[in-house]
Amino acid sequence: MDVFQVFIELAQSTVRVSTPLILAALAGLFTERAGVFDIGLEGKMLGGAFAAGCVAYVTQSVAMGLLAAVLVSVLLSLVHGYASITQRGSQIVSGVAINFVVAGSTVILGEAWFRQGGRTPALSADGRFGTITLPFADSLREVPVLGPLYSGLLSGHSLLTYLAFLMVPASWWVLYRTRFGLRLRAVGENPGAVDTAGISVIWLRYRAVICCGILCGIAGAYLSLAANAGFTKGMTAGKGYIALAALIFAKWRPTNILFACLLFGFLDAFAIRYQSFAFPLIGKVPVQLMQALPYILTVILLAGFIGKAIPPKAGGVPYVKER
Amino acid sequence: MSVPYAKLPGWAEYGLIPLVNLAVAFLISGLVVLIVGESPLEAAYHMVNGAFGRGEYIGFTLYYTTTFIFTGLAVAVAFHCGLFNIGGEGQAYVGGIGVALACLAFDRTLPWYLVFPIAIVGASLFGALWALIPGWLQAKRGSHIVITTIMFNFIAASLMNYLLNRVFKPLGSMSLETRTFDAGGQLPKLDWLMSIFGLSVGSAPFNISFLLALVAAFGVWVLIWRTKLGYEMRTMGHSPAAARYAGIKEARIIVVTMMISGGLAGMMALNPIMGEQFRMQLDFVQGAGFVGIAVALMGRSHPAGIIPAALLFGMLYQGGAEIAFEMPSISRDMIVIIQGLVILFAGALEHMFRPAITRLVLGLTPATRATVTKGA
Repeated sequence: MDVFQVFIELAQSTVRVSTPLILAALAGLFTERAGVFDIGLEGKMLGGAFAAGCVAYVTQSVAMGLLAAVLVSVLLSLVHGYASITQRGSQIVSGVAINFVVAGSTVILGEAWFRQGGRTPALSADGRFGTITLPFADSLREVPVLGPLYSGLLSGHSLLTYLAFLMVPASWWVLYRTRFGLRLRAVGENPGAVDTAGISVIWLRYRAVICCGILCGIAGAYLSLAANAGFTKGMTAGKGYIALAALIFAKWRPTNILFACLLFGFLDAFAIRYQSFAFPLIGKVPVQLMQALPYILTVILLAGFIGKAIPPKAGGVPYVKER
Repeated sequence: MSVPYAKLPGWAEYGLIPLVNLAVAFLISGLVVLIVGESPLEAAYHMVNGAFGRGEYIGFTLYYTTTFIFTGLAVAVAFHCGLFNIGGEGQAYVGGIGVALACLAFDRTLPWYLVFPIAIVGASLFGALWALIPGWLQAKRGSHIVITTIMFNFIAASLMNYLLNRVFKPLGSMSLETRTFDAGGQLPKLDWLMSIFGLSVGSAPFNISFLLALVAAFGVWVLIWRTKLGYEMRTMGHSPAAARYAGIKEARIIVVTMMISGGLAGMMALNPIMGEQFRMQLDFVQGAGFVGIAVALMGRSHPAGIIPAALLFGMLYQGGAEIAFEMPSISRDMIVIIQGLVILFAGALEHMFRPAITRLVLGLTPATRATVTKGA
């Protein structure tokens, strides 16, 4: 196999692995820029994946599956919102709680409803997102360099993958070019000022949390309806935390999120594919080190050794109107 | 945090509110059982019976309790300093290295009562080391402790996987674990303690590290409420600005608190490694570090609350196994739900019922109402 072919295949799987990371990290972007920390991305994604798997199987409709995923994930977001915005509880504690509740209940309910050891039944083609072949992808395959790039890398992904990549500029536009985005960012930096301007801090934060729920739901649906044919127990396997790491690594900026997720996705894809790859100079790198690398990089970045990650100023602090 | 709530009498603050929160968590868990199509009452019966029905069951319950006392104390100590150490899982996992090294080195030459202290030191040393880095990063570089400790849980998982694969695994063995320790690496069971109450411990791995957990709980009480260091930690937790003004060295306190917290989490490793399996296995912590969060929240970060909270979760773990056996549609994952709900209601939503309870309690006792209005 020549190097170029390897590159295309690696890039293709990087895109696939990165898709849920991008969606979940953007989801985190919305709440955290609004000043609500969310370590419950993992749980919301898992809940979404489960709902998608169940509903898509029962209705045999991929659209209903996606809708269910978004609904469940938004519902979980609202629980997080109620605890951390209305009740002014600890945002971290609430996120941890949601992760546990979802991790347990998806297994219990899945086992009770389908009796397949916590899985949902395998989905037929109707219940899944198929791959989309871009126009002329087959006929252009033979064109040197550009052909494989187009038909091997750009073409042949599911609808949700294209959606995820489109969400990056879309999120940027919403956050930096709309009134809602400006206010959302303001409420994460200085909620007092936003309140003084006569805008409801509470309602703004709730809207941010709902945006997060929608995106996490799509990320979950991608896992059970596009990447796999159904839900399996604990299928997020830490992706929510990697997305959180990517969000911080990206310093809470949409464009950086794309690159951070692609980097972390690449590390993952590479580790899966080349378990015993010998690097020039360093030699063999243990696969465990490759798996830990996203986390290590995030720790190093957070410590300010490569640039400085400054979180939204009002992040993690519940807003109290009357002082 | 300046939450404008009236002060409640102690029994309501530390008794009633946690109980109401716990009751709601259990009610919702009961609903889940109903959805699954089983009877919540029957499940509750199996749980209590499975946790306390026989001496052996009680032994298992107390075995889990031991683990959760350590991880609960670890989270609580950090809470007092205003730090949320979510990394107990990783610290306990890495603490296992200390236990394993002590046992592998001395189990064939020394008796258990000499290996045990070495293992305690080893466990707390490695646990503390794993917490030292996030603590130092928070104190000196300002990185958020919650995020770093989460990352360190994952890094610990990879590290341990590597070590068990390449270093600890005996030659020719397939499973990811150390060799089984000889007599020196095996803690004695507490059958004498059980037999005082006329019970037999049976096959339950209820061992001497339970006593160590109780000593640790007392030690934490002394540390937090009877020493200068504890006072400084609580000051930091209440108001970092006041602590700074009082000349307390912020960075030092954060690092020391995290090391104590990590050391306590690391000691958890003694219980499963030296007390049950007599070897270090892959993923031996099994989420106990996270249970510690629920235990600390339930127990209001006070040892006197943490021990009963740990007992409650010990009951859930042991009784949950019994439910899973009797009612096949309810697996042990039910505990994870209950754990999550307890964290939600005792932690994030702890103030949800407070206004109603305050009105109720203060309405009952007019004398308190008078002092409250005077105070306000």
